[in-house]
Amino acid sequence: MNRYPLWKNLLILGVFLVGILYALPNLFSQNPSIEVTATRGAEITDTSVAEIKAALENAGVEYKAVEMLEGGKLLVRFATSGEQLRGQEAIEGTLSDRYNSALTLAPDLPGFLRALGIQPMFLGLDLRGGIHVLIDVDMDAAIDQALERYTEDIRSLLRNKKVRYLTVTRDEGRVKVKFRDAETRDKAGKLIGKEFRELVLDTGDDGTAFYLYGSMSPADELEVKKSALEQNITTLRNRVNALGVAEPIIQQQGERRIVVQLPGARDPGRLKEILGATATLEYRLVDTEHSVQDAVDGRVPVTSKLYKDREGRPVLLLRRVIVTGDQITRAKAGFDNRSGTPMVRITLDGAGGRRMYNTTLDNVGKPMAVVFIENRTITNMVDGKPVKRNVRTEEVISVATIREPFGSTFQTTGLDSPNEAHNLALLLRAGALAAPIEIVEERTIGPSLGQDNIDQGFRSVMVGFVVVVLFMALYYRVFGLVADVVLLVNLMMIVAVLSLLQATLTLPGIAGIVLTVGMAVDANVLIFERIREEIRNGSSPQASIHAGYDKALSTIVDANITTLIAAVVLFSFGTGPIKGFAVTLFIGILTSMFTAIMGSRAIINLLYGGKRVQRLPV
Amino acid sequence: MRMIKFQNIDFMRWRWQAILLSTAVNLIGIASFFVQGLNFGLDFTGGTVIEVGYREPVDLAQVRSALAQGGFQAGVVQHFGTSRDVMIRLPPVEEQSSAQLSELVFGALSQDAAGEVELRRVEFVGPQVGEELAEDGGLAVLYALIGILIYVWLRFEWRFSVGAIIATIHDTLVTVAVFSLFGLEFDLTVLAAVLAVIGYSLNDTIVIFDRIRENFRKVRKGSVLDIVNRSINETMSRTIITSGTTLMVVLALFLFGGQVIHGFALALIVGVVTGTYSSIYVATAAAVMLGVSRADLMPVKKEGEGLDAMP
Repeated sequence: MNRYPLWKNLLILGVFLVGILYALPNLFSQNPSIEVTATRGAEITDTSVAEIKAALENAGVEYKAVEMLEGGKLLVRFATSGEQLRGQEAIEGTLSDRYNSALTLAPDLPGFLRALGIQPMFLGLDLRGGIHVLIDVDMDAAIDQALERYTEDIRSLLRNKKVRYLTVTRDEGRVKVKFRDAETRDKAGKLIGKEFRELVLDTGDDGTAFYLYGSMSPADELEVKKSALEQNITTLRNRVNALGVAEPIIQQQGERRIVVQLPGARDPGRLKEILGATATLEYRLVDTEHSVQDAVDGRVPVTSKLYKDREGRPVLLLRRVIVTGDQITRAKAGFDNRSGTPMVRITLDGAGGRRMYNTTLDNVGKPMAVVFIENRTITNMVDGKPVKRNVRTEEVISVATIREPFGSTFQTTGLDSPNEAHNLALLLRAGALAAPIEIVEERTIGPSLGQDNIDQGFRSVMVGFVVVVLFMALYYRVFGLVADVVLLVNLMMIVAVLSLLQATLTLPGIAGIVLTVGMAVDANVLIFERIREEIRNGSSPQASIHAGYDKALSTIVDANITTLIAAVVLFSFGTGPIKGFAVTLFIGILTSMFTAIMGSRAIINLLYGGKRVQRLPV
Repeated sequence: MRMIKFQNIDFMRWRWQAILLSTAVNLIGIASFFVQGLNFGLDFTGGTVIEVGYREPVDLAQVRSALAQGGFQAGVVQHFGTSRDVMIRLPPVEEQSSAQLSELVFGALSQDAAGEVELRRVEFVGPQVGEELAEDGGLAVLYALIGILIYVWLRFEWRFSVGAIIATIHDTLVTVAVFSLFGLEFDLTVLAAVLAVIGYSLNDTIVIFDRIRENFRKVRKGSVLDIVNRSINETMSRTIITSGTTLMVVLALFLFGGQVIHGFALALIVGVVTGTYSSIYVATAAAVMLGVSRADLMPVKKEGEGLDAMP
C-alpha cells in the first residue's frame, strides 16, 4: 500500500530535474553590462574590442570582460552598475560617432547553459529599471486620410473617364459627388462601384442637383485601422532601434494602442522626441499651368497648393498626391551610374507603382516634387508654465524632371552630397507613421529603484518562506518537513516555469509568488489534517495516509480551481501590475498542486509506503 | 502537536450576531465610500507621479519651494519611505501635454539641488487611460465573481453559490472600506490584491462547503445545524493554520516588501482576516439561512452511472 508505480516516480523525478535545469540560470548573478552596436556605416570588428578596451582603460573604468556577440554586437560586462554607467560615459564620450551603447543586464552563465539556450527569468521594468510608454494611435485621422485618398481617386477616375461631375467633396465621413442629372450620376455610380468595390454607395438629390455618396464599409474601415496600427508599430520599431536600446519591446495592446518598453533606458525625453515626430513624404506633380507669382499673391488655384522648398522659395504643386511615404517599401542611397552623382533608389509597393506609372506616362518632361511633412510637438515655457503646441513642417525637399515613365522602381537624383542622399534614404526608409500618435501613459523606473525593488521583494519572499517552513516543521514534524521540501521545490518550479516561458517577472509578480507560498501550504495542511483525523478515527497508519490524500483531493482541486478562475480573469482583463501578479499566481497554483499533491505523496510513499509503521509522525 | 481541540463548538449559535456585525461593518464601509470616497491612485485618476531620491535628507518645504519656483502648483509632496526620497504627485493636465511635465519638474528640482538628486520613478497616466483602467478593473471583479458563481453552482448547489458570492462581496466591501475609511491610496496593485482576496476567501469557503457536503452524505443523524457545526469544527484547525501561514507571509510582504506594495500587502492582510471570518459567518450562515438541506446535496443517481466507472 501507498506505493507509486515506477513511472509515476520517474515522471516526478523528470519534472523535478527539468525544473532544476530551467531554474539554474537564475542562480548566477547578472552583470550590469553595455551592449555596443555599430552605427550606420561602421562595423564591429576585432579592432572595436581593442578600441573599447582602450577607451575604458583611459577613463579608468574597471570592466570584467568584453565579448563578441552574434549579430555584430559587443558586450562589455561590469561588476557594479556604477562602473557600468561610467563605462557608458567613457564609450559615448570617445566613440559615439561609430558606436551606439545601451545598458543591459547580462547573466553570467556557464557554457553548457548558454549552449542550451536557457535564460534566467525576464525581469520587468520595475525590477531592472527602464521606460514604459503607452501610445495611442489616432484612428480617426487614419480613416480621414483614407477618405481623402478616395476623394482624390474618384475625382481622377471621373476625369479620366470623361464623366461630367460638378464637385467631389468630403462630407461627414463620406465622399460626396455632385452631378447635374441622374443619368450621369448612375453612370458614375457604376464606374466607381467597379473600381472601388470596398466603397458603399448611396444616392440622393435635392431637386436641383443629384448626389452620389461613397462611404467606407465597416470591413474596409477595420482594414485601414489595422494597417495603420501595423505600420505605426513597424515605424516605431525602426525609430526605437535607432536609439540603440538592448531588448526593446514594441507591442500592440488592444485595438489602437502600442506599448514601447525600453529596459535600462534612462532618458524619457530623448525617447519621446524620437517617438513624437511624425514624418511622411508625398510625391506630387508641379503645377506648370499657373503662375507661382499669382499664388504667392493669394490667388492659389483650387487644384493646387503653395509650398516652399528648403531655401524658402515658393513652389506651386498640384493637390493630387501621386504616392505617399507609406507606399515606399525600400530606399537605398548610392551613386548614379551615368553621372556618378549621389542618388536614392526607391521601390514602391504595387498600388503605388501603378499610380506612379500612370502619372509619369502622361507627364514626361514635367517636374515632380517630393514634399516632406513632419509633425512634432514643441514645449515652450510661457509665464513659467509649459505650453505645448503642434508644429507642422511642410517642405519640398526635391524637384526633379520626369525623364521617362517609370513604375515601382526609380531613382531620385540631383542631390547635393552623398550625405544628403544618405539622410533622404533613411528618412524614406524609416517610414512615416500612418496616423498621428500620442503618449497616454509613461512609467520610468530608475535603475537604483529597480535594484531596491528586487532586494525588498527577495527579502520578503525569504522571510515569509522561512517563517512558514519553521512553522510547518514544528507543527507537523516529519510530514511538515516533507511539506517544506515540496514548498522549496514549488518555489523552484515557479522560477523554472517563468524562465521557460520568459514571462516577465514584476514586483506584483513577486507578491504573487509570496501569496502562493502561503497558499501552497494549504494543500498539505488539508491532507495532513485529514490524516490526523483518520488516525483519530482509529484507522491504521497506511490507511490513514491513503484516505487522507484521497479525501483531501477534491477539496484541494475545488479550492484551487476557484482561485485559478480569479487568476485567469485577472490575466485577461488586467494590464501592467495586475497581469504580472496573475501570471505568477496562475503558475504558482498549478505547480503547487503538482508538488503538494504528487510530490509530497511520492516522498511520503518512499518513507512509509509498504512498511510496517506503528505511529505516523504527523 | 495540536493547537486547540475543536469538537463541539456551536459556531452557528452566533450567526445572528455575526450577521448584525457584518451588516454594520458593511454599512459603515458603504457610508464611508459615499461620504469620503476612495483615495484613487494615479492609475485611475490620471496624472503624474515623480519619485526622486536626494543624496541627503531633504526638507519637504524646500522641495515645494523649488517646485513653486519652477512654476508648478504641486498637488502632493511627501516623503516616500525614507527622508531622502520624495514623491511628487501632480494632477492630470487638461491638454494632453503632461508627458513632458515630468522632465520639467525634474529639471526644476535638480537645478535647485545642484544635481544632488536622482530620478527614481516617473509615472504618467493620461486621464483617458485612467478611466479605462478603472473600467477594466471593475469588469475584472465582476467577471471573476460570475465565473466563480457558475463554478460553485455546478459543483455544489445554488444556495452555496449564493452564500459564496455574498461572502465574496462582503470581503471586497470590507477591504475597500478600510481603504476608504483611512483614506489610503487605492491603485492598481490594491485592486489586484482585492481580486486575490476574492480568490483566497473562496478557497476558504470551498473547504468548509466541501466538508458540509461530505458530512451530509455520510452522517445520517442530526439536524442541518448540527452537521454544519460539525463540519466547521472539523475544518477549524486547517482554517486557522492556513490563515495563519498566509497571514505570516503577507505580513512579511507588508514589513519588508517596500513602499510600492504596501497597499497591496495591507489589502491582503485585511482580506485574509475577513475572508476567514466570512467563510464561516457569511458564506455558511447564508447557505444555512437559505435553507440548505440534506436532500439537496445527495449525489444524483443516474442510470448506468456504475457502468461508466468500469474500465
